[in-house]
Amino acid sequence: MSRFLVISPSRVGAMVLRYSYLLRSSWPRLLDLVYWPAVQMLMWGFLQLYLTQNAGFFARAGGTFIGALLLWDILFRGQLGFSVSFLEEMWSRNLANLMISPLRPVEFVLALMIMSVVRLAIGVIPVSVLAIAFFGFNLWGLGLALAAFFANLLLTSWAVGIFVSGLLVRNGLGAENMAWTIMFILLPLTCVYYPVAVLPHWLQHVAWALPPTYVFEGMRALLIDHVFRADLMVEALALNVVFFLAGAAAFMGLLKSARRSGALMQGGE
Amino acid sequence: MSASPAIAVDRLVKRYKTATAVAGISFALAPGSITALLGGNGAGKTTTIAMVLGLVEPTAGSVSVLGAEMPRERYRVLGRMNFESPYVEMPRRLTVRQNLGVFGRLYGVADLAGRIAALAAELDLTEFIDRETGKLSSGQRTRVGLAKALINEPEVLLLDEPTASLDPDTADWVRAHLDRYRQRRGATILLASHNMVEVERLCDRVIMMRRGTIVDDGAPAELLARYGRDTLEEVFLDVARGRGEVREAAQ
Repeated sequence: MSRFLVISPSRVGAMVLRYSYLLRSSWPRLLDLVYWPAVQMLMWGFLQLYLTQNAGFFARAGGTFIGALLLWDILFRGQLGFSVSFLEEMWSRNLANLMISPLRPVEFVLALMIMSVVRLAIGVIPVSVLAIAFFGFNLWGLGLALAAFFANLLLTSWAVGIFVSGLLVRNGLGAENMAWTIMFILLPLTCVYYPVAVLPHWLQHVAWALPPTYVFEGMRALLIDHVFRADLMVEALALNVVFFLAGAAAFMGLLKSARRSGALMQGGE
Repeated sequence: MSASPAIAVDRLVKRYKTATAVAGISFALAPGSITALLGGNGAGKTTTIAMVLGLVEPTAGSVSVLGAEMPRERYRVLGRMNFESPYVEMPRRLTVRQNLGVFGRLYGVADLAGRIAALAAELDLTEFIDRETGKLSSGQRTRVGLAKALINEPEVLLLDEPTASLDPDTADWVRAHLDRYRQRRGATILLASHNMVEVERLCDRVIMMRRGTIVDDGAPAELLARYGRDTLEEVFLDVARGRGEVREAAQ
């Protein structure tokens, strides 16, 4: 196991540099990071505004839609930022060059995690400012709770991103759609916009097996009842550790399988 | 051969679900030698090179490079090897300098700026070093690929059809550069090629493959004499069409 844990900051830095060159070289790529989160935030924000003006409960639950949307974007964009950086290597047919270099899988994954945070920051920071300007919802006002929500959502997004990268290595660009759509299965199951109690009883067990459910429940507790549920965050963290280790194990297994099947030689096609 | 081989391949087999790409080949390459794997499409050349690089795991047999078993001990030696193929590209949106900078860092090259400047001068990249790699001609891209393959001054260099899609002048220039590099660095070069002129000009040994097996092995002059031919192209055609075995049986 120890040979997988040898990490060269210089090689991680080289990969981060490679992705930052790419982002800097293309304004449409940068714009794309902000465009869709901004559109969604405006749409949900105006819907919530309408509901708060017309229903007592929503008036009390001010900000839950926009809060849920911004947190969902952290989860979704975190995974997408990870997976798209990986896809860049396949689109440019560069994966074999990396796999024959001294770059180790753990260094590659670390670079993708850093890029996921960078891409997320480019997308979410401007949109969170827009949320203040348009709807008076200050995500940053959640303070320490936001840090707990953010850390847990990011861990889940990385776990899923690592697993998807393994699928891409093993199956090539045929698995590309998974990178774009895999997170959407979590949208209904993790109860982003409604409480877990809404789900049928049997499905609630599934929901509670997913770390983001704890974050979205925690957010509603904070915004509606003004209570920070640290217990939920600790449970989410424990589940995230399991998810992350499972994602990493799946990635290593799929990489080994790709070496056996010759998929690495085909450069991802 | 007194020194340990730079590359040692022993009873190497690669079977995929429905096909056997490499069927039990063995060879050893002396340090500082330049060897060609010659054969038609599907002969197993690229799969053999991929196993030497650690990109593909053998079904049976073993490969060792500079004493390290591949792919199990690959991280011991990957920094001392490199590879170039026109079928593996570099990020097109990055400039040549950025690409070489990234790979130089991955290989831990000391004085990277100096190394990039030296490669740019040697391989005539200076004119387009700050241009996006995707905007270069195929000849320029091949030279950039070669610069990437030489960034760490590898002791073992693997090349898959290094002059494919190049005009004769550029191809000749690339071959001359590879020969100079081998002489200066004492590097071991293994290349897969369809280009007989290239093989005759560059290589001191030719391993001829057909359907995953080695059908002949020797210096270009030895092969010409053995097959009674004037050019390696004729030898290649004999081997590719199975005439070598017919001739052997008749003798």
